[in-house]
Amino acid sequence: MDDLCRLTLHEAKVLLERGECSAVELTEACLARIEQVEGRVRAFLTVTPDEALEQARAADEARARGSSAPLLGLPVAVKDVISTRDVRTTCGSRMLEHYVPPYDATAVVRLREAGAVLLGKTNTDEFAMGSSTENSAFFATRNPWDVERVPGGSSGGSAAAVAADECLAALGTDTGGSVRQPASLCGVVGLKPTYGRISRYGLIAYASSLDQIGTLTKDVADAALLLELLAGRDPRDATSADVEVPTYTAALTGDVRGVRLGVIREWLEHPGLDPGVAAAVQGALETLTALGAEVRDVTLPHSEYALPVYYLIAPAEASSNLARYDGVAYGFRASGAGDIWELFARTRGAGFGAEVKRRIMLGTYALSAGYYDQYYKKAQKVRTLIKADFDRAFEAVDVVVGPTSPVPAFRLGERVDDPLQMYLADIFTISVNLAGLPGISVPCGFADGLPVGLQLIGRPWDEATLLRVAHAYEQATPWHARKPDLS
Amino acid sequence: MEYEAIIGLEVHVQLLTRSKMFCGCDANYQDAPPNTHVCPVCLGLPGALPVINRRAVEYTIMTGLALNCQIAQVTKWDRKNYHYPDLPKDYQISQYDLPLTANGYLTIDVDGRPKRIGIRRVHLEEDTGRLYHVDGRALVDYNRSGVPLIEIVSEPDIRSPEEARLYLQKLRTIVRYLGVSSGDMEAGALRVDANVSVRPVGQETFGTQVEVKNMNSFRSVKLALEYEIERQIGVLKAGGTVVRETRGWVESEGRTVSQRSKEEAHDYRYFPEPDLPPLEIAPAWVEALRKALPELPDEKAVRYRREYGLSSYDAGLIVADRHVAEWYEQAVALGAQARPAVPPKTLANWLTGEIFRLMHERDQDIESLNLSPAALVELLGLVADGTINNNVAKSVLRDVIESGTPPAQIVEERGLRQISDEAQLAHIVARVLDQHPDEVQAYLNGREQVAKWLMGQVMRATRGKANPKVVMSLLTQQLEARRSSQE
Ligand SMILES: [Zn+2]
Repeated sequence: MDDLCRLTLHEAKVLLERGECSAVELTEACLARIEQVEGRVRAFLTVTPDEALEQARAADEARARGSSAPLLGLPVAVKDVISTRDVRTTCGSRMLEHYVPPYDATAVVRLREAGAVLLGKTNTDEFAMGSSTENSAFFATRNPWDVERVPGGSSGGSAAAVAADECLAALGTDTGGSVRQPASLCGVVGLKPTYGRISRYGLIAYASSLDQIGTLTKDVADAALLLELLAGRDPRDATSADVEVPTYTAALTGDVRGVRLGVIREWLEHPGLDPGVAAAVQGALETLTALGAEVRDVTLPHSEYALPVYYLIAPAEASSNLARYDGVAYGFRASGAGDIWELFARTRGAGFGAEVKRRIMLGTYALSAGYYDQYYKKAQKVRTLIKADFDRAFEAVDVVVGPTSPVPAFRLGERVDDPLQMYLADIFTISVNLAGLPGISVPCGFADGLPVGLQLIGRPWDEATLLRVAHAYEQATPWHARKPDLS
Repeated sequence: MEYEAIIGLEVHVQLLTRSKMFCGCDANYQDAPPNTHVCPVCLGLPGALPVINRRAVEYTIMTGLALNCQIAQVTKWDRKNYHYPDLPKDYQISQYDLPLTANGYLTIDVDGRPKRIGIRRVHLEEDTGRLYHVDGRALVDYNRSGVPLIEIVSEPDIRSPEEARLYLQKLRTIVRYLGVSSGDMEAGALRVDANVSVRPVGQETFGTQVEVKNMNSFRSVKLALEYEIERQIGVLKAGGTVVRETRGWVESEGRTVSQRSKEEAHDYRYFPEPDLPPLEIAPAWVEALRKALPELPDEKAVRYRREYGLSSYDAGLIVADRHVAEWYEQAVALGAQARPAVPPKTLANWLTGEIFRLMHERDQDIESLNLSPAALVELLGLVADGTINNNVAKSVLRDVIESGTPPAQIVEERGLRQISDEAQLAHIVARVLDQHPDEVQAYLNGREQVAKWLMGQVMRATRGKANPKVVMSLLTQQLEARRSSQE
């Protein structure tokens, strides 16, 4: 039964429904896989085997009583920036190393209500700030395709755990590409829905106007299944939208005839684009054309400003969001402080890592009196222009297509000392967050033996079309079925 | 050189909503044990998000309407960033450049002439927790954290501590009329900061402004302003310059002391709150609230003058407290139904005279005084139909308040019914005159004021029950008769 952990959610769901396996067996298979590979992959910050098996037993009992909750007994993992009641939630930071939330994030509530089994919490760059998961205060996660390489980030733990079959699926968060980029680097499917689609309640904020919970799955059907459960208005999140949630699984028709795809010229001709990635994306466009989609060029003239705009807005919001970690009410508290101001300074000095401090300082500067107009406000204006570029593109096409990451997985340590190089890893994903659009990364081939992801970007709230195109492409290609060799 | 003071007040008023500003916690924390009215939102736990309390928005709009302000069509929230241990998120959700309401005024009565004090803005924000210092340790109670607070900022139109007192009194009356706040300064439901400067009379430009804080009662506002104005004039007269700074009122020392200078002033790094979308205020919503506004003190006073013929002074005294005004109006309605009727003017005289005196003497308000409007009308009915006289009525009133017994019953039980029988009184008058031949002689010799003293003797002989009109006429009659017999 070792193979059970290799299943997708929808495959395992069928086996459970047919009584061909139990939730306990599925969970045990995942726990065994974690035991087997975690020493090399290091995807989890916290594994909760006892709780997971308890939930699995409860799921089996519920099924025996006739329950058919949509994720009943399916083992999943959750990125460690999403609050889980009674399970520590560290954000990959010393600051919250021992912090145990007294409440569940809405997304976790929905997973639990759907009957899912929570295996544990996955590694992340500290407070989701990073593109390689090397900024975790605890350890770096490895790419299952090559453990000397990064899994991407910041949801690198979730992407690696899914790629290594340590769980069936996982939640991640995406502020500038943090679901899609690691999905691309680990060869899995990463979906970031429209901003406001999934409640952020309980998602520990990095940059509130950009953060969005997303999913890391083994195929597109699983992404549709999860989104269907997670999406929808939450009265606890004022920015969650009251927009109807379609039955995404029903949208996966396999038919993309007549769908208009817009290729972003600026991205395909970008000097930083790896030739292997370019070739894989080119191949994907040909496949989609063969499936009946119409491919044409679109232009996003302001997308070159996405990176600087992001690195003003996100740090500005972060500088405020992370101000609360001061050692007063919860989390790490430095010892030996003489007064409250020294307590704040020492706690924050010792509790945060270098990248977090860098962004807090950047953001504090951008919001300062005398600089606000020229940095933060200006960035917001350019953000509007970036969004307008997409609006114009969507007048002519239904889905915008490009690479997810400019390069395949890079080596551990390769960029960690060069923040600007690291920031370039998100160059194609960031503008999607700035525009609040849905985006998905699906495996589209390999470059030098490393996975490459194709990024599809949709109209606001039109995840259905996005999933339909991604699914049709996936079903026509072998890439998603390939597994890394971790034997 | 003559100087004048320029004063602007910033008043924070706690709203009486059932729940807090951004969460469902009970906002009535006054008698609660520390940290019992808290949840992830008002504790600022990682991942928790604010949701607007609609009632608090309505209360703010109502206050704005009562202060003749314009109501914004679109409003938004901003983060005010600063570190302090009583501020769980280390930022306060407030309103910066788009307050809910702005540009109004409030009218005060200065030496019998109306004066308008401009209201710059009324905005909505959240309260902080409270810090306690116990045995050298600082403790935080977050029960108050997130309680809705409005900030009412006046224009610098106030010219004296007395005007400031009148402004605050009026403001408190208005929020109490609206029922949006207890306005109780001692309980911290109304807090005052003042911006004070002085300038030579005739000078157009303002002097350097000093912010005065820590004033915890109307009395301390008056004392602090008086002190601060004198201090600044003293500085200027000595050839010095006033420093722009924040000063705290130290009640025990009767002076203000410097807290921080402008150079150390906070940069609050305001930016739009990304967790709360801007709020559109539909004109129909505002109109519905405007229609539902209670009659406000100024309107009430005008009506009392017009309908009841009260003096401005009496009307002002009655409308200054909503409960007193409501009590008075009930009495007026009952007085109109009574036979003989008890006129509004008589009721007002008794209310502002005898009843206010008793309230003051007993340190009670109209609600706790144990006197119903019906009881007063009944009492004054007994005066009107001649059953008792005014002086007896005062004594009965005291008895009603002390015992709760109806006035008529007291009159019967204590045998206070007025003696109006002429034959009976004529005997008593004759006896009194016989007993005081010297005084009678004095009267007859032209000291006519002795009649009053003789009247007092008759009243004493009847234990105050004699009808004074009848007694006076009998006295005059009998004295004149004695004059005739002497001649
Ligand atoms: Zn609360």
